[in-house]
Amino acid sequence: MMRNSPLALIFHALFSIFMVAPLVVVCLVAFTDKGYLSMPFDGASFRWFKEILERPEFIEAFWFSLELGVVSATLALALAIPAALAIGRWSFPGRGAINAFLLSPLMIPHLVLGVAFLRFFSELNINGTYLGLVLAHGLMIMPYALRLVLASTSGIDPTLEHAAQSLGASNWTTFKRITLPLLLPGIASGWVLAFITSFDELTMSVFLASPSTTTLPVRMYLHIEETIDPLVASVSAMLILMTLILMALLDKFFGLERLMVGKGH
Amino acid sequence: MSDLQSKRTPWLLSGPALLSYALLLVVPMLMTLVLSFRSFEPMLGVQDEFVVSNYIEVFTDPYFHEIFLRTFVMSALTAFFCVLIGVPEAYILNRMRAPWKGIFLLMTLGPLLISVVVRTLGWAVIFGREGVISETIQFLGLSDGPVSLMYTQTGVLIALVHVLVPFMVLSVWASLQRLDPETERAAISLGASQFTVMRRIVLPQITPGILSGSVIVFALAATAFATPAMIGGRRLKVVATTAYDEFLHSLNWPLGASLAVVLLILNIVIITGYNRFFERKYSQVFES
Repeated sequence: MMRNSPLALIFHALFSIFMVAPLVVVCLVAFTDKGYLSMPFDGASFRWFKEILERPEFIEAFWFSLELGVVSATLALALAIPAALAIGRWSFPGRGAINAFLLSPLMIPHLVLGVAFLRFFSELNINGTYLGLVLAHGLMIMPYALRLVLASTSGIDPTLEHAAQSLGASNWTTFKRITLPLLLPGIASGWVLAFITSFDELTMSVFLASPSTTTLPVRMYLHIEETIDPLVASVSAMLILMTLILMALLDKFFGLERLMVGKGH
Repeated sequence: MSDLQSKRTPWLLSGPALLSYALLLVVPMLMTLVLSFRSFEPMLGVQDEFVVSNYIEVFTDPYFHEIFLRTFVMSALTAFFCVLIGVPEAYILNRMRAPWKGIFLLMTLGPLLISVVVRTLGWAVIFGREGVISETIQFLGLSDGPVSLMYTQTGVLIALVHVLVPFMVLSVWASLQRLDPETERAAISLGASQFTVMRRIVLPQITPGILSGSVIVFALAATAFATPAMIGGRRLKVVATTAYDEFLHSLNWPLGASLAVVLLILNIVIITGYNRFFERKYSQVFES
């Protein structure tokens, strides 16, 4: 067994501190009892967590982001599943081009997507609407969903489907009873990754949000543009806590490593 | 299934996705391109005439040169530091044992699941005048007054490296998984030093991973908005924050659109150019 040298372990410790430091600092600052940003060592309280409850704009933005993530991830999956089957299971002229085209939003900076949707939606008079945000988020997260579903199509043994059909199953029955269950891990992880990507997105949404359709990252960004106070720190601390719980659940159900590989470009 | 039917099936299956892309990607992008050739009157707004003045302004105004140069330098430095710390970290992680390997891999990649606003906010708190760095420097007696890294290149750089280094670790990690540990052992048994093993065995095999990691980091840094906006602010504008201001503050949409188009084209040229160049150079590695 190869071992890491002590020097390597010191490097690793410093790297780990670097990675968690900003997150730990945000969580600590959230517990201050002062009216400004400070460490809670000379006085800690839940004051700023209680303050969140007094500020409906953060709570509304949280629910809005949650709903937007669920709706747009579901929409993206509804388009990604058949497309992944076409690309993964059939060989036909134009297959490579379709794959590249469907993954192409990954190459487009979110700023450019935001600008393009702003122009498009304002011509259609749907800028700042719920529909606009759903369509924009659906397109932005579609490649992530497609990639994970596509990866799971390659693991399907076609003889299983042939067997079902030779036993008299219709195409639809074969899909429902054989193909879909085999795709399910890819679909589930694709949905989760799409949801998280939508929930966290700032750059594109900042162009498209209106006062009634503000996502949580946009709400936090607009607040930070004016002032950085312990309130955004306590909202962030809540998000960090929720992410940790989600990570523990995801790791238990599908293994987080697989999901992360889908996040890479 | 008849032949005709099976020929049509993949098109029917991918049809809904292709149609929605045509409507939601191709049309808006073309409209943005058209918008970038429109003129703008401060009182009247966007005018329906074809002009190239926005591009002339972007390419000739020293104000924009400075912004593009700053964006480029910052992204190149971010990619450099991500290689410097991300590559050894991926290598060390890969040599760890069972429970630790998984735990620390999660700790490195987990931040990718948290919004970049939250991660950058952490650095804003650390960098502020009452932040950890300022207090430490004063405590050590290195400075009399408070020190702030807010609105500095160094501050933006540190935060960008933190936000993007997981992509480097991920990319190098993926190429380390394909590396056969026997090759390292063989080299050691043949008398190679640890350093030689690194240089002659490990490094050549993970080079494609390092290169693809650095192009990802560079591209994401060059187009990053949240981190430069929150740490750099108005004092250290980059292309993305400038386009944002043109759109939402100056309301000069055509100029903002031309900035976005230039950013997109540069981004695509750099990614595809880099990939093509290195794929040819490392084709043997990619084939194996």
